[in-house]
Amino acid sequence: MPVVMDAERMSRSLARIAHEILERYRGVEDLALVGIRTRGVPLAKRLAHAIAAINKTDVATGALDITLYRDDLMRHAVGAQPVVRRTEIPFSIDDKRILLVDDVLYTGRTIRAALDALIEFGRPRAIQLVVLVDRGHRELPIKADYVGKNLPTSLTQSVHVHLVEIDGRDEVEIRES
Amino acid sequence: MKKDLLGIGDLTRDEIYLVLETAEAMREIGQRPIKKVPTLRGKTVVNLFYEPSTRTRTSFEVAEKRLSADTLTVPVAASSVLKGETLADTALNIEAMAPDMIVLRHASSGAGHLLSRICRSRIINAGDGMHEHPTQALLDAFTIREHKGRIEGLKVAIIGDLLHSRVLRSNVLSLTALGADVWACGPSTLVPPGLDRFGVHATTSIDEAVADADVVMMLRIQQERMDGAFVPSLREYFNTFGMTAARVARAKPDVIIMHPGPMNRGVEIASDVADGPYSVILEQVANGVAVRMAVLYLLAGEAEAD
Repeated sequence: MPVVMDAERMSRSLARIAHEILERYRGVEDLALVGIRTRGVPLAKRLAHAIAAINKTDVATGALDITLYRDDLMRHAVGAQPVVRRTEIPFSIDDKRILLVDDVLYTGRTIRAALDALIEFGRPRAIQLVVLVDRGHRELPIKADYVGKNLPTSLTQSVHVHLVEIDGRDEVEIRES
Repeated sequence: MKKDLLGIGDLTRDEIYLVLETAEAMREIGQRPIKKVPTLRGKTVVNLFYEPSTRTRTSFEVAEKRLSADTLTVPVAASSVLKGETLADTALNIEAMAPDMIVLRHASSGAGHLLSRICRSRIINAGDGMHEHPTQALLDAFTIREHKGRIEGLKVAIIGDLLHSRVLRSNVLSLTALGADVWACGPSTLVPPGLDRFGVHATTSIDEAVADADVVMMLRIQQERMDGAFVPSLREYFNTFGMTAARVARAKPDVIIMHPGPMNRGVEIASDVADGPYSVILEQVANGVAVRMAVLYLLAGEAEAD
């Protein structure tokens, strides 16, 4: 199981993304970070901390659960419904520039669901996408604006992101299935 | 989850908690500017109500619409029941139009079980006679947990017409499964035998039931189900078993007062208690929508094999 990103590499990637965001936006007053559950949420918080450390300004963060917007929900051959968790966006997204944060970008279907979910909360000025890993194989016309690492993979492989907040360690690994 | 939700017995303890956790997420949807998610798009839900109901029927309809299901409610008075059609025939005719779920309220205990045997659609029991009302018990558990943070170890006193109450039966099953200390109190004519076999303390003393209770749940005197003389008079009933401010004072200082509705003010509960600071009766109604959304969502998945 090759590790393709360790803790140090991950933290440098996030720091770089924070700089890129600030380079593009200068002011961060109308910026907000929304993490997609589960692992997008701690990543969004880390980016908010990184931006605050550089720029001395706080950026609002929220958590989005996209389960109820999935396009495969009622198509499962077997199995129970996926667990729904709380969406927590404690601010108005109207006229904000929203940075949507997720761990892995793959088919793009999660992001499609997240865009639908987010739009229900208001009309942001813009939505951009931040991902830690882009593993390719898109099935929808979706592209990330900020990428931690581009990771060419085959369809038989799976990418696993581990984060300290949830898994006790920072690491990205590829597995053969 | 099983195919149908006919009673609390269809759920394991873990599944009860899954419903409560899912309802937490569903409640947030009701606080959004657009109170709707696309989850059950293209699913058809038929609400078949053979008994009058305001709260439960409205609550299911709101829950179904918030999940984007196509929903229709069969108004019984205008339906072919009056022309002599049986429940089974009505159900089979509705079934022929291929709905995904049927929400059934019926005056006969076990009506849901009959539909469950003859229908492919998922059946949700919204109250069957004197048997069960599982979504009410789930929303009660949700409301208790919201206020107390837990259910295990709490003293819950359920007071009133125990005999005719499907709310009692469902609550006894869920609350004992979740580890509450359940007390049931009513006049001896309205206490069903065998409550102790469910681990419930039955008593005819309201003071004993209310003493140090964390939760007091009042049940309605169901005059429409009483064909005998169960209580001498409603006034005497209120004097002996009605919830008054003086009786509330015997419970824990942070007690919550619940009622599944509709209330008979001045019969089982005094108005100043129903509208007072301990009352969570309207919160129960609000939580009912979130809990029913959770049930509809969880049942819409693939059923486990029996």
